This record gives sequence, structure tokens and C-alpha cells, in this order.
Amino acid sequence: MLRDITIGQYYPEKSVIHSLDPRVKLAGALIFIVSVFLFENIIGFLVMTAFLAMCIKLSKVPFKYMVKGLKAILVILILTAVLNLLWSPGETLVQFSFIRITKQGVYNSLYMVIRLSYLVIGTSIMTLTTTPTRLTDGMEKGLHFLNRCKVPVHEIAMMMSIALRFIPILMEETDKIMKAQMARGADFESGNIFQKAKNMIPLLVPLFVAAWRRASDLAMAMEARCYHGGEGRTKMKPLKYQQMDKKAYGVLFFYLLVMIVLKVIL
Amino acid sequence: MGIMKAAKLVHEYIHRDDDGNVDHIETALNGVDLDIEAGDFIAILGHNGSGKSTLAKHLNAILMPTEGTVWVDGKNTKAPENTLDIRKTAGMVFQNPDNQIIAGMVEEDVAFGPENMGVPSQEIWQRVMRSLNLVHMEAYKNHSPNKLSGGQKQRVAIAGVLAMQPKCIVLDEPTAMLDPEGRKEVMDAVLELNKTKQVTVILITHYMEEAIHADKVYVMDGGEIVMEGTAREIFARVQELENHRLSVPQITKLAHELKCSGLPIPDGILDEEELMEAICHLS
Repeated sequence: MLRDITIGQYYPEKSVIHSLDPRVKLAGALIFIVSVFLFENIIGFLVMTAFLAMCIKLSKVPFKYMVKGLKAILVILILTAVLNLLWSPGETLVQFSFIRITKQGVYNSLYMVIRLSYLVIGTSIMTLTTTPTRLTDGMEKGLHFLNRCKVPVHEIAMMMSIALRFIPILMEETDKIMKAQMARGADFESGNIFQKAKNMIPLLVPLFVAAWRRASDLAMAMEARCYHGGEGRTKMKPLKYQQMDKKAYGVLFFYLLVMIVLKVIL
Repeated sequence: MGIMKAAKLVHEYIHRDDDGNVDHIETALNGVDLDIEAGDFIAILGHNGSGKSTLAKHLNAILMPTEGTVWVDGKNTKAPENTLDIRKTAGMVFQNPDNQIIAGMVEEDVAFGPENMGVPSQEIWQRVMRSLNLVHMEAYKNHSPNKLSGGQKQRVAIAGVLAMQPKCIVLDEPTAMLDPEGRKEVMDAVLELNKTKQVTVILITHYMEEAIHADKVYVMDGGEIVMEGTAREIFARVQELENHRLSVPQITKLAHELKCSGLPIPDGILDEEELMEAICHLS
């Protein structure tokens, strides 16, 4: 299950979406997230689906790969659906003893599930088509103005890119430690939720120790390669808007406009 | 004076207890003298805990001497204003390939060093391509490092150091975590660099097989340099090496045993061919 998390992983391919400036993609993801919570009806949903489908098609990343990311939040999805289904007020649709399902509840749970999955798919399009370095470069440059209010933008960007780089490594490590502990009789499956949480201790302690060790190794390796903060640093791939990026901004703006118009009209 | 020189180098790790009082002092290096000529291939051998990794970290100004001095390209590592210059001169490759790759893409990781040095973008591209070519990893430039084998990752790490165009590379047990195939890949890349690009190589290892190509071998034990000489001279002293808890390559060991049992075989046999020749000359 741990290997299914696709968030923060890069899928190498040559596509329009891959070549876009990360700042465009960041803005796009942001606009998409806003639109996801804006829509409340079937037309808005259709426009959103069309937009998402277009992005997936253009990105050339296999659809299967994106859906894999959903598996990781399956529990959350089911929980949201059930909670919304059972505890929504409104017109009663069916009723078995104390379970009451309302029309509103069906809509709510359906929309929530769609929203959450679109949220994950939309953001994974961004992370799958952008290398972590470029993503954080985009953030660093896009948020550079915050430097004036003493926000350490470069440091935050660097931390994020390192965190993203280490997600798959720590996943693998978790898997390895889990198997090692299981081989020695640890039980991660049975028991109630509290026992399960307690059973995680022999997994978490070695994982933390290993992560600290990695961090100190990495810090040393970075220092050995002349890292001394953001000052005087150059870039191999400096960010510069191309013609394509301007067009993409146009598309995004149009999409946002459509969403707002739909919201106002309907 | 050579490209790297250490004089009476002492390093102590100070262990403190919970209240910050000195618990005990561990002397990792105890009066090491070293002088390395530019363009040489140097191997530093020693078993675990012999102080060889501590020595490596001094050559890159990651650790500072407790006593004594280290000069890299004539610059004292103790002066903070020299630190960056020293790290440009002496690149360092560490043991664990996963813990030294910073970026999520091979070419971006190789660019990390030059980016830190403030090299203009255009030149970074040239340097990255050249370094990847040197370690034969150009085909993987757009790959994620997570999908590479250990040997490939370590070659990427070497390329990352090469892109900084150092005069000297210090490799701290670069093959310790690799399988035999990866070990060969990395060693071939390092040897080629030394021969074709005249980069000074300081290889720290406990695999004696990797030291046979070295121009000069140092053996460390207990924080001191206990043996020093060419590979052949060192490998001839089998008994002494074993006393320092190092195991000699099988071929050398076999030659030594044959000699001990009375056959007139010369000392310091390094590979199969030499042994074969020696045996053929017996009759």
C-alpha cells in the first residue's frame, strides 16, 4: 500500500504539460483547487472533468498512474462518503430503523468523493509532470517577494525539495523495517485501533533514527558540495516564461472565468 | 608540498553526557602525517574504526583538526575563508549513495555543486554533460535517481563531484554498500578518471582488491598510519596486514602461503597472471 502513493513522484515524459513553467502549473493547481470547491452542480462538474481530462491527455501520463494515488486515500474517501450519507439533514429517501438516508446526503457524499479525488488527481498532475527541483524553483521564484518580509523563501524551497526527494526512500525503508519486524514476530494487522497504534512503535522508532542519520549524512554531502545557502547561487535551468506559458495562463484564466460565470448564472 | 598535506593531525571526538560534561574523549586520529602528490591514485586502507573516514573528512574541511594542520592545495583548512575554495578543490564522495543525491533528477543533481559555486547557467549545462559522459551515465540524465542501481547512483554522485571540476576527489568507502557488479562499475569509473583526466584520487576503503591499482597505499590502524608504500610493497607484508585486521586478496594470500611452504615465489603478487608466471618460472 505504501508504494501506491504517487504524490511527489515524477513521471518522466516529453509533453506540453511537462515543459510548462512550474509557476504556471502551480497557479493552475491553485485555480483548479478553488474551482473544485466552487462547483455545486452537474454542469460545473462536467466542465471540471473536461478540463482535467484535457490536462491528463496533454500530460501523456497514463491514467492508471494517477488513479493509483487515489488508493492511498481510499479510507478517507469511504469515510467521507459514509459520514455524509448518514448524517446529512433533508428529505428522507430511505430509512431502516435508525439509519436515515436523505437526498441531500446522497448528493453531499457523491460531491465530496468527487471533490477529494479530483483534488488528488489535479495536484498529482502537477507533481507527476514537474520535477521536485523545478517545483520548488517555481515556488522560490513565484514567492520571492516574501523575502522582503524576512520569510526565508530559499530555505523553505530547499527543505521542500529534499522532503519530496526522500518520500520514496523513506517509504521503501518503512517497508523494509516492517518486514524485518514481522519476521521477528511483530504484528501490525490484528487488534483494535489502539493496539494497532501501539504496535507501530517498533516501526516508528527505527524509522526516525534512520531518518535522522540520513539527514545528517545529507547535510554533510550538501556542505561538501559547497552549499552555503541561497546567496550567490546560480541555476542550471533558470525559470523564464515562454510563449507556451502565456497561452497556458490564457487557458487557465478562461477556465476560471467559465467557472465563475457558471457559479453566478446557476 | 603536494596537493594535500597533513602534519601531526590529531582529531578527538568529545562525548558528553546528558548534563554536558565531558564523558570520555575518543582519539580518532593520532598524529597523522600525509603528503599527496597531484595526479596520484592513493588508497587508504584500514578496518572499521581505524580513523580512515575521519581523515577523509579532514581533507574536505568538514572536520577541523583538534591539533595539527591540514593543507589542501596550499590552503589551511582551519581558516573559514578557505573553506569554499577547499571544497572546490577536493570533491568528496560518500558511502551511502542515497544520502548524497539531493535532487530528484540525475542531471539536476549533478548541477547542484556548480549551482552552489555560482557558475553561469550555460556553463553548468556543459559541465553536467561532460561529467555524465565521463562516468558513462549520459543515457540516464532525465531519470529519477530512485530507479537506478547502487553502482549507477554512486556514479551519479561521482559525476556530481566532477561537475565542480575539482583537482582531487576523496572517495570515502564508495563501494561499501554495493554488490560486486556495482563495485566494479564504480572502480572502473574512478580508475579511468585518474588515468585520462589526471584527477588526484584518494580512495578510502577496506577492500584490499581495490588498492592494487594505487600508486601509493597507506594503511591505518588506531588513528595512525602504520604502513606506507607502493601496493606491491604493502601486499608483500601479509602477516603485518593481518595483524592490522585486513585480509589480503586471495591471490596474494595464496602466493604467500606457497612461499611459506618453501616455494621460491616473489613477494607482493597482485593478480592471477603474476602468480601464473611465477609458478611457470619455478621449474
